[in-house]
This record gives sequence, C-alpha cells and structure tokens, in this order.
Amino acid sequence: MTESPMRLWEVFIRARNGLAHQHVGSIHAADAEMAVQAARDTYTRRGEGLSIWVVPSAAIAASDPADQSMLFEPGTTKPYRHPTFYIVPEEVGHM
Amino acid sequence: MYSQGLDQRDGRHDGANTAEPAEALARFQARIDAEEKIEANDWMPDAYRRTLIRQISQHAHSEIVGMGPEGNWITRAPSLRRKAALLAKVQDECGHGVYLYAAAETLGVSREELVDALLEGRAKYSSIFNYPTLTWADIGAVGWLVDGAAIMNQIPLCRCSYGPYARAMIRVCKEESFHQRQGFEIMLTLSRGTAAQQAMAQDALDRLWWPVLMMFGPPDTDSQHSDQSMRWKIKRFTNDGLRQKFIDATVPQAQYLGLTIPDPALRFDDASGHWISGPIDWAEFRRVLAGGGPCNRERLETRRRAHAEGAWVRAAAQAHAARHEAKAA
Repeated sequence: MTESPMRLWEVFIRARNGLAHQHVGSIHAADAEMAVQAARDTYTRRGEGLSIWVVPSAAIAASDPADQSMLFEPGTTKPYRHPTFYIVPEEVGHM
Repeated sequence: MYSQGLDQRDGRHDGANTAEPAEALARFQARIDAEEKIEANDWMPDAYRRTLIRQISQHAHSEIVGMGPEGNWITRAPSLRRKAALLAKVQDECGHGVYLYAAAETLGVSREELVDALLEGRAKYSSIFNYPTLTWADIGAVGWLVDGAAIMNQIPLCRCSYGPYARAMIRVCKEESFHQRQGFEIMLTLSRGTAAQQAMAQDALDRLWWPVLMMFGPPDTDSQHSDQSMRWKIKRFTNDGLRQKFIDATVPQAQYLGLTIPDPALRFDDASGHWISGPIDWAEFRRVLAGGGPCNRERLETRRRAHAEGAWVRAAAQAHAARHEAKAA
C-alpha cells in the first residue's frame, strides 16, 4: 500500500554571507523543522552553506512554459533598454 | 549502469505515440539537437518521460540498495579513519538516492510510488549490488571499481538533456570522486601489506571484476533502448563505449597495485591503443538482473524490513506535524 506522501519542500542555501539564497533542490519532510534538518543532512555535508530556507513546494506559483513567448518577448525586443544601443563618440571616453 | 535494466525488454511499447503531433515531436527533437535543456514543465513526448522515470528511479534505487553491501562493513572497519570514511560514503549514497528520487518526482511520479515499485520487486536496480562483500578488501574494490564505473557513466549524464537529472548528477559526481579514491587507497594499503592482505585484495578483484564490467549493461548489439536514448541525449555514450573507457582507465591502476585482472584473454591492442577484454558471461548478467544473483533476495528483504520498521517514525512525524498545524490554525 502506498503511504500518504510526505510534504515536499524546496531548499534554498546561502553559501556565504554576501550571496543570495539559491535553490539547490527539494526534500521531503513532515514539517518545516524536519525539512531544515533533512536539508542540512542532504545538501550541506561539505560546508556548502551558512543558512537554509525551506519553502513548501505547493506554495510556489510559477509561470507556464507555454506562455514563455508572450511573457518574455517584450524583454528581448527592446534594445534601447541596453547601454550599447546608444552612440557615444570614442573621444568622450568611458561612460 | 545503475539503470541497466532499461536495456532489457519490459514488454512496453516505447515507440512513437500516435496521439502526439509530429510537429511537436519535431520541435522537441530540434530543442534537443540544439543542446537545449528540457525542464520539468516543458512539453515532452510520453516515451521520453517514461524512459527518464525508469532510468532515474532505477538509478535512485541503486544508490539506496547500494548502501547495503558497504553498510555491512561499517562496524568492522579496521580503523577509526576507515570507519569514518565509510560512514560518510554510505551517507553520501543515501543523499544521492534522495537527489535522484526528487529529480524523478519532477516528472510526475511520487517517491512513495517509486519506493513501492522497488519493494514489490517491480523495479530494477544495478546488478552489482546483488554480489556479497565478503571481506574488507571488497570495500576497497567496491570503492575503486564500482564507484569508478559509476563515475564513468555519470559524468556524461551531467550533460543529459533533462535539466533536473543533469543537475542531480552534477551534485553526485562532485561527491563520488572521494568514494573512488578512498577505495583505491584501501586497495593500495592491502596490496603493499602482508602476503595475506595482498591475497585478500586479489581475491576481491577476482570476484568483482566481471560483475563490474556488467554494470555498463548489455553489449550495444543487444541494447533495446540505446538508440532512442542517444537521440534524446539521455545517454551520451553507448554501453560498450563506456565499458571500454573504464577498462582502459582501470587496467593500469591494477598494474600499479600489482594485482592481476582475472581475464586471461586481456591484451593491449597496439593498433587501437585499447585494452581488449575477453568475452563477458552475459548469461550470468541476465540471471542476476532477473533476481537469481547471490544476494538479490537478501537485498530486497533488507529494504523491505527497513521500510516497514521505519513506518511508525514516518507516521509519527506526520501526526506531529498535523497536530501542530491544527493548533496553529
């Protein structure tokens, strides 16, 4: 018989102060406290981090890959948002 | 390899699904050909998903069952240094199983279903773990050869087309190198030791050499799923190609140890620059994979017992979480 599934958590680790927490993978645990402990054992056995966040996977809202072109096309068709779009004469120097 | 059961017929049809539009399949193949990674929520052919679920879960099962033969020696390791290293290695294998189950779950199966399939004998794991670890030298040989073969197979998997699997493999590979080196160090110590220790090292190599070569799966001529997996870039090298790389890398290491590879036909081919191995007993491979190896029954029974004896812990953790949530609400 299949047991009722353990809740799934996404694990984020800060490798060292000054860096953002980064997604490293997921873990199963009944509650947040055990999720932090399991994440410690699974993802930081060799000094990979100083801080752990766990987030219930079910709490993550994600964009749909099918909407990719609609969502992100506006970000790729506006070259004037980049500094290289503008002409600055060489004699002006670094700007 | 750890998913060598893939190469066996499973009675399922893995060919094109007629419900899938040809243009979607072509677009998918074009993404693969362009070395784009496929991510969990992307469209993918049914057969791609099924192949990956089987391959990743077989790989995960292998990591978990693989803890057995080595765990067997933790309490009998000859020194504290060896014991600490072995304990850390076995803990890594467990972690690798966890990464891999999580990668499989991104494809829409639950870890519970996958574990049930293993415990009910419906899922495969690597044939190598059905051999016993009879002496301490076997722990050296397992690290050196089994982990060495695993690394050979897993490094190309870091470039697998499926993103979550590739990322899990990168983590695994980072950790695996210590496993092979600690095994080689054990073999080195034994082979530089007393005559009895040298004999123990040779005996371990004699028993494990051929089963390790079988880890790479059946020869390319018999491999059922190889071509499609190569086209989908789930697999980057053929079974025979990886096996040859392993033999070429390992023979000089055995020579350094002063040990003899138990293959009277083994010879170096000047023209190709490869070590050519004698014939592999594929009947033994099929027998072990089908459940007839020396330890198949014991390995599964151990997993079943561990799972059953842990049931109250999982139930208690869930009950504790539910009660605290109810209180907080």
